[in-house]
Amino acid sequence: MIRRTFLALTGAAICFAVACQSAIADDKFIIVQSTTSTQNSGLFDDLLPKFKDRTGIEVRVVAVGTGQAIRNAANGDGDVLFVHSKPSEEKFVSDGFGVSRADVMYNDFIIVGPTSDPARVAGSSDVVEALQKIAEAKAPFASRGDDSGTHKAELRMWKAAGVDAAASSGDWYRETGSGMGATLNTGTGMGAYIMTDRATWIAFGNKADHTIVVEGDPKMFNQYGVILVNSKEHPHVKSDLGQTFIDWLLSKDGQDAIASYKVDGQQLFFPNANDGSS
Amino acid sequence: MDSFWSVFGGAFGLVFALDPDLMEIIGLSMRVTLTAVFFACLIGLPLGAAVGAFRFPGHTLLAVSLNALMGLPPVVVGLLVYLLLSAAGPLGPLKLLYTPTAMIVAQMVLVTPIVAALTRQLVEDLNREYSEQYASMGVGPIDRLTSLLWDARYSLLTVALAGFGRAVAEVGAVIIVGGNINHVTRVMTTTIALETSKGNLQLALALGVILLLIAFFVNACVMTLRASAARAAYA
Repeated sequence: MIRRTFLALTGAAICFAVACQSAIADDKFIIVQSTTSTQNSGLFDDLLPKFKDRTGIEVRVVAVGTGQAIRNAANGDGDVLFVHSKPSEEKFVSDGFGVSRADVMYNDFIIVGPTSDPARVAGSSDVVEALQKIAEAKAPFASRGDDSGTHKAELRMWKAAGVDAAASSGDWYRETGSGMGATLNTGTGMGAYIMTDRATWIAFGNKADHTIVVEGDPKMFNQYGVILVNSKEHPHVKSDLGQTFIDWLLSKDGQDAIASYKVDGQQLFFPNANDGSS
Repeated sequence: MDSFWSVFGGAFGLVFALDPDLMEIIGLSMRVTLTAVFFACLIGLPLGAAVGAFRFPGHTLLAVSLNALMGLPPVVVGLLVYLLLSAAGPLGPLKLLYTPTAMIVAQMVLVTPIVAALTRQLVEDLNREYSEQYASMGVGPIDRLTSLLWDARYSLLTVALAGFGRAVAEVGAVIIVGGNINHVTRVMTTTIALETSKGNLQLALALGVILLLIAFFVNACVMTLRASAARAAYA
């Protein structure tokens, strides 16, 4: 009796394992290494079914910080890289890991802060001045501190402001070392200023008493780019399927799909593949 | 947080709505964790029993190592398995990264030491009682192991449940090797992490309540099974 139960359990486990395998037997999919903002904002949930309808290709998104996405793609664990840190992306291509890079869309970074606004920066459109005021007031500022695209952009802003924020790490400058969502949860909890991309903020559900305090500075432009992982470096990369996805993103159909994605009536990403600015 | 208690209403609402996405996620969670625990027991039970019943060179070191490995941080396991399964890693050609199988492997690595270490303790205590009898009856090592495991079977169910608890609640490893891909490798814990990062704290907590209920249900099933088996055995 017990032995039979044991055999049945073994059989069940093997069936499970086989079922796991059959789930991946279907080869018409690609893996896209991407960033949390594209996933957390809901863009991919809107975009990918449309792409699958047209081409039958399933897109599997691994959403991590830009830094980690680039490292994963360099290891060959993805067919397409879709992130937002142009200098790192160009390095990825020049190092031979990517075929070429194309602009897809943009939005902008903003700084959110508590309505009490201890550093008196609300309404500003000058990020340099705002950061200097925050540093002067020693008002809490929550940083990603995780080598992500947003973190890299934030570091560029501090540099432009001439403030060595890292020197105050642990004091008023708090590096959470985690994703955008976790940093927003932490930052809103401690009443800190936080730099984030607009899309993640609009779709974010735990805003507490935080609002946008700094926006509209041209420096806060946030460009997203797409890169096909180089099959010369990693022969198993599904170049054809990956290129189909990239071509669609850059086509009028794909660009219209990006523009039409809205949360609470607000457009989150602005397509700019054909601006020729890259 | 508007109301802490409304979360529980929300959780029941989610369960009774039988949302197909949620059912898929729960199904995958169970598939991954039960498979991982099964294979962890397959390795951990005999391994733990052997360490518990026999003395050999390096025995103490192995026993201490098993105990220490119970504290393996899931993120570290995730990274190890990622580096193994990555296209750039030694097992890259198997193409297992970002599949449920990768998640099963990661959870197995986490759970096997727990099963082995707890089994070792149980079997060692039992063996102390029986070792003279075994010696006088001239019982061979394999028979000795199986009879010790058989004797400890009801306690070992609790060992398996401890492993299940660790695996089903774990997020650090599966999110790295599974990638939290929608409809492919998204399980309860990675969904909770995702919803938290979206700031949907109430939804995340409601999902946590559901996970707790599932764990409760699995434990209840096993305990019932155990009770009726014990009744049958001693009747």
